[in-house]
Amino acid sequence: MKLKTTVRGRTYAFADTKELLAKANEEKSGDQLAGIAAADAAERAAAKLVLADMPLSALREQPVLPPVLPPELDEVSAVIDSGVDATIYAEIKHLTVGAMRERLLAESGGELLRLGRGMTSEMIAACAKLMSNLDLLRAARAIEVVARCNTTIGQRGVLSGRAQPNHPADDLRGIEASLFEALAYGIGDAVIGINPVIDTPESVRAILQMTRETMDRLAVPTQNCVLAHVTTQMRAIELGAPMDLIFQSLAGTQAGNAAFGIDKALLDEADAMIRERGAAAGPNRWYFETGQGSELSAEAHHGIDQLTLEARCYGLARHYKPFMVNTVVGFIGPEYLYDGKQVTRAGLEDHFMGKLHGLPMGVDVCYTNHMKADQNDMDNLAVLLGSAGVNFLIGVPLSDDCMLNYQSTSYHDIATVRELLGLRPAPEFERWLEARGLMENGALTGAAGDPTIFR
Amino acid sequence: MTWQPKSAELLRRLQRSTPARIGVGRAGSRPTTAELLKLRLDHAAAVDAVYSEVPDELLADMGWFAVDTSSGDKETYLKRPDLGRKLTAEAEAVLRSRCAMRPQVQIVVSGGLSAQAIEANIRDIYPALLDSLRVLGLTWGTTFYVRNGRVACMDAIGELLWPEVMVLLIGERPGLASADSMSAYMGYNPRLGALESDRNVISNIHKRGTPPVEAGAHIGTVLQAMLDQRTSGTKLRI
Repeated sequence: MKLKTTVRGRTYAFADTKELLAKANEEKSGDQLAGIAAADAAERAAAKLVLADMPLSALREQPVLPPVLPPELDEVSAVIDSGVDATIYAEIKHLTVGAMRERLLAESGGELLRLGRGMTSEMIAACAKLMSNLDLLRAARAIEVVARCNTTIGQRGVLSGRAQPNHPADDLRGIEASLFEALAYGIGDAVIGINPVIDTPESVRAILQMTRETMDRLAVPTQNCVLAHVTTQMRAIELGAPMDLIFQSLAGTQAGNAAFGIDKALLDEADAMIRERGAAAGPNRWYFETGQGSELSAEAHHGIDQLTLEARCYGLARHYKPFMVNTVVGFIGPEYLYDGKQVTRAGLEDHFMGKLHGLPMGVDVCYTNHMKADQNDMDNLAVLLGSAGVNFLIGVPLSDDCMLNYQSTSYHDIATVRELLGLRPAPEFERWLEARGLMENGALTGAAGDPTIFR
Repeated sequence: MTWQPKSAELLRRLQRSTPARIGVGRAGSRPTTAELLKLRLDHAAAVDAVYSEVPDELLADMGWFAVDTSSGDKETYLKRPDLGRKLTAEAEAVLRSRCAMRPQVQIVVSGGLSAQAIEANIRDIYPALLDSLRVLGLTWGTTFYVRNGRVACMDAIGELLWPEVMVLLIGERPGLASADSMSAYMGYNPRLGALESDRNVISNIHKRGTPPVEAGAHIGTVLQAMLDQRTSGTKLRI
């Protein structure tokens, strides 16, 4: 198969699928850093033209073109490949990427979820590369992914929030104070999830116990999680920690996961443990985070572009039927996503690709201070994602995470996006807010916003 | 419209328990004007720190010359961390001609992601560091400044000057709470190919974090341990 096209008298040729996929991406500083980005806008457009005519089967089984990373060489590839539904794949494999894009934009939700089960992560990434921002919003919006742990989130019309009440020294009273602020704004229905400073089983257990006591005392219908390394969380479970969700960051290659200190065997072990000894009813008990650029950062990218690698994270995630997944889209820095425009694009791509993988997808709409982005860019992206039916956003006090030193969306921001788009908290959580006098008919009451009512 | 918590005393207690921006009130579902503008001001300070440069007068006062990495401008510096680890050919020539070779201790200063952090702390940390080296009986080479440096520029410099140990004082990625925080990265026998795990670091050096004077003394102790044990990073016992 020839990866070649002539546009306005100029011929563009691409050596292999990897190069074609990379050059068909919208501009990202991370692909430029890896030295695999299109040289200019014309080459980018040419790559998209060639990709549009490529049959989906060429991304999986083309004998002339090797796959970007064969299943024999990489366990993430193996998980993705073995997870493809053979019947659905047989039905769509002759379609070109361009035709698949059109199919995705014409179909309704249930059918999109079905089609996604027949696609590899590379096919889903390829479709995203041909889609405009509005395409990504439209296709994602059609897909409803409902997940259940202690409570159920992801229903159409629901926008949930993760309360992220981090503290720079893991001070339990400080974490609780910030959690009160979240609850007072109607945030925390996705999860109460703390990033710990101290990665020890005892410390993780202490935070889980504190959040559990607060949830019990106030009868908050949600789930708890402490985002330590998975091995630390497993040891915390052994110490008897009351854990609803188990967490891990994922990469899109085996080598990337090795840099995170994990592999499939470890994830399987953690999966069995949380099923058996987790505190929640389930059936969904995992929380995963991802983000474009982490594989390159770990020098584990194999020359594959960051969008395709991100899709592969979702291919791995869907194997574990998680309760929540989010890309931490602007966390990793300007060498991967340079400015507000690139972060916005990546946020929309990641949300769409996650949803088409059948994942309960949220987004940490965020940036660091050395990126060319600001709070207004995050306001815009939060509203775009809200309109696309994102399952949840991250809430930190006034958008300033005093432990991780980056800015995300605030408790206020999630409340405003709900107000703007007519979205509601998760049903069980909304009933709790009503019982506490904090919400009426989906709107915050005058009593909302006061953390002192919970003590 | 001023916002009133149910218990002002309890609110103060909650606020004292965390540096997080809580108990901030609201206008509808939006932040109050004062809180919104405070956030803008803190972000502006952090961004200004990223784009800051050390003033020439400071370099003149300290008696240091400056060299460049291959980053060129700030935008390239931010997008291409690999270039911030390499010196320009001109910089290499300058170091060869102006620096003492094979020093026991090589001190290098770089703005990194916040030149403002150098401006804020260097007049305190540098004399304290030299005092500490004198007390320990250590000698140092020719100190200089690197524009747009990354941590691993230590290895490129080590390759040229062959120091026994090196300390790089470099501005950290600014947070909203502090735009003037710096780190001291230290390594034994720094050469190309060194790993992250071969270095030791003292981070969060600023007036409300690790005080610069205290950090300067502590760096001397760490460098002495490296010289004694002929190693650095995760293998070093302090």
